[in-house]
Amino acid sequence: MRKGQYRFVAGFLFVPVALYVIFVIWPYIQTFGYSLTDWKGQSQTFDFVGLDNYKALLRDDVFLEAIWHNILFLVFIPVITILLALFFAFMLNAGGRGKAGGVQGVAGAAFYKIVYFFPQVLSLAILAVLFNAVYRSDGGGLLNGALIKVGLVDADNPVEWLNEPNLVLWALMVAVVWQGVGFYLVLFSAAMQSIPKDVYEAALIDGASRNQSFFRITLPLLWDTVQTAWVYLGIVAMDMFVLVSSMTQNMGAYGGGPDHHSDVMSTVMMRNFLYYGKSGYACAMGVIMLLLTLVLSVVTLRATRRERIEF
Amino acid sequence: MGSTSDENHGSAGVGRRDLIKRSAALGLISVPTMSLLSACASGGGGGSSDGNGAQGQKSKDNPFGAKKGSKLDVMVFKGGYGDDYAKAWEADFDKKLGITSTHTGTQEITGKLQPRLNASNPPDIVDDSGAQQIKIDVLYKNDALLDLSEVLDAPSVDDPGTKVRDTLIPGTLDPGVQEGKVVALNYIYTVWGLWYSGKLFQEKGWQAPKTWDDFLAICQDAKKQGIGGLAHQGKYPYYINVAIMDLIAKKGGIDAVKAIDNLDPKAFVGSDAAQAGIEAIYEVVEKGLLMPGTNGLTHTESQTRWNQYKAAFITCGSWLENEQLKQTPADFDMKFLPMPLLAGSKMPFEAIRAGSGEPFIIPAKAGNLPAAKEFMRRMLSREWSTLFAKEANSLTILKDGVDASVKLRPGTQSTVDASKAAGSNTFRFLYPDWYSEMDTAIQNASNELMAKRIQPKEWLKRCQAAVDKQAKDPASKKNHHD
Repeated sequence: MRKGQYRFVAGFLFVPVALYVIFVIWPYIQTFGYSLTDWKGQSQTFDFVGLDNYKALLRDDVFLEAIWHNILFLVFIPVITILLALFFAFMLNAGGRGKAGGVQGVAGAAFYKIVYFFPQVLSLAILAVLFNAVYRSDGGGLLNGALIKVGLVDADNPVEWLNEPNLVLWALMVAVVWQGVGFYLVLFSAAMQSIPKDVYEAALIDGASRNQSFFRITLPLLWDTVQTAWVYLGIVAMDMFVLVSSMTQNMGAYGGGPDHHSDVMSTVMMRNFLYYGKSGYACAMGVIMLLLTLVLSVVTLRATRRERIEF
Repeated sequence: MGSTSDENHGSAGVGRRDLIKRSAALGLISVPTMSLLSACASGGGGGSSDGNGAQGQKSKDNPFGAKKGSKLDVMVFKGGYGDDYAKAWEADFDKKLGITSTHTGTQEITGKLQPRLNASNPPDIVDDSGAQQIKIDVLYKNDALLDLSEVLDAPSVDDPGTKVRDTLIPGTLDPGVQEGKVVALNYIYTVWGLWYSGKLFQEKGWQAPKTWDDFLAICQDAKKQGIGGLAHQGKYPYYINVAIMDLIAKKGGIDAVKAIDNLDPKAFVGSDAAQAGIEAIYEVVEKGLLMPGTNGLTHTESQTRWNQYKAAFITCGSWLENEQLKQTPADFDMKFLPMPLLAGSKMPFEAIRAGSGEPFIIPAKAGNLPAAKEFMRRMLSREWSTLFAKEANSLTILKDGVDASVKLRPGTQSTVDASKAAGSNTFRFLYPDWYSEMDTAIQNASNELMAKRIQPKEWLKRCQAAVDKQAKDPASKKNHHD
């Protein structure tokens, strides 16, 4: 670099880095500090309690169960969303019946692409309202209403979708997947469009079936994008705060019911922080969440590392 | 998401309802937790104003000497009760005293109040409630609140021979007490119980039940006619807990209430009252007398269903009528009913759970203290209390505070009658304000019971476990329900 360029670049970098340190890194450090105290969140008076909060965490069944729920989300949400998005994207880009050796999507692909993207423009709050109407526990709910009409559900005992320990997590998952698929479909579509057509054509000439061309050509060439999608969806699965707190049975505050069967780490933490007034304890949960998220990111990026393919 | 302001029952009172709403509101933005922690802005106190710059002539009608021509800055929480009542007060105040009031109606009390407190130019009088209230104990610890004893010891507007504090319903000042001083005036008087439609009952020929057996009979009859018996706001088990706990209280008397509040080792397991109460509620579940699906409905969903005559009864506090104004048919004839009695109950049928909420405060550094005190004194006059009842459909803590000549809405009128009939037979559980974790565990157990996933025996065990866990916390030694 020429003389002075370093200073020039550093000058530009200084402001964003400073902002990041002040508003992200510093609060994290503070959180760790608070997690060693019995702070109650009301005022700046607290005593140092060492690692007591962390010891208590290991015995807190509700929080430990919440971690499992997050892990469950972490396994299922990315897998289901990515599989569906890949399938749809492939069908829209290369799934059509090729006439005379051309590669094209199914009929009406352009229209589908737009429709699939609709749910993505909804905010999470709207999504919660929508699915609350779908899962509503009496005949006024979309699901119950339809099932009662068909005669599968007794009108006097409608299914309380979000009040069933065995259903609630799946019900939440359906909502997340429904909203997410459209975005990843567009993401994968864009990536597929950048794959040269002649690769597919060559495969067709060699007599490759649709499945083979997907698994041997499309997927390997999309791997970078899939990896990105996985990390994003992992973040979504680690959070889930909005949907859980606004859709599930209330456990004092921030949803999580029935009987903590839908609690996730963030709802347990917020409940302790604001509602129980155990803010120091909640900060310890925050630190654990940070650690888990970091471990997760590293593992995800490592596990999915592959050679880059240039084309 | 219309927030309802009621239910700040208790000194540390963020009301249950408010928290419920808050959790919904939080749904709008997922807050990265850590940023919460950096949000604690501590403002250095600026210059102090003595607040008496607007001192006028004191007189019999104006004991604090509110000055003609001065300004009064009013800030109220604009929630379930709206803020029309405050506007009506201000108009009357301005007319009678020649003062110019400025009005702020907001849901964002913290955002609007905190900066002004820190800059030492707070409003003169504030209704500090709602999801974003600043907690009273926090304000108190920061010396931000005026001791209201001067107002309470002033002569009453209606009867100059009596002190203001002697015109109030007994016990209603308690939630606003910090270290023996009243620093917040909990203005609204709430009663809890069952509600029904007078019109529906008349049509069906049902009498308002006084005993649990009568109550069950009506539910049975309703079921035969394709109407649900009892509706509750199932998504928030807080509501059904009101019914359960009130049955227990009325069965076992005040001792049963104190046993739970004071974390007695036999509060639930080994308490006949608790067993009778929960078994009674379970009977409703078992016989299929709940409104179908009610366990999973939000408060608005189930209350609206009840307004559509889909259930005979619903359990709620007296904010119900105002909250359901838009959904209630004109001829619905909403009526309040104390919890019906189980056999062998220690309390009379008329006994109700009741208490005060919605804290009004005067900041210690208010610019026009005389006018603020005068305003509060007038809030506790019959005229203003009646204005409130008319505009907000709710009672105030003033004894007989509503003019008999004024026509109130049917639900509000029936709470007036019920609270007259109850007299001193009121009770209140304090554990929800003291032990939110224990409260959550009990709500959770009730939710499982309503869904038939656990039996009364297991409910008692779970609740006792929550009590025992709370009793281990050394901090619980500080509270005692005498």
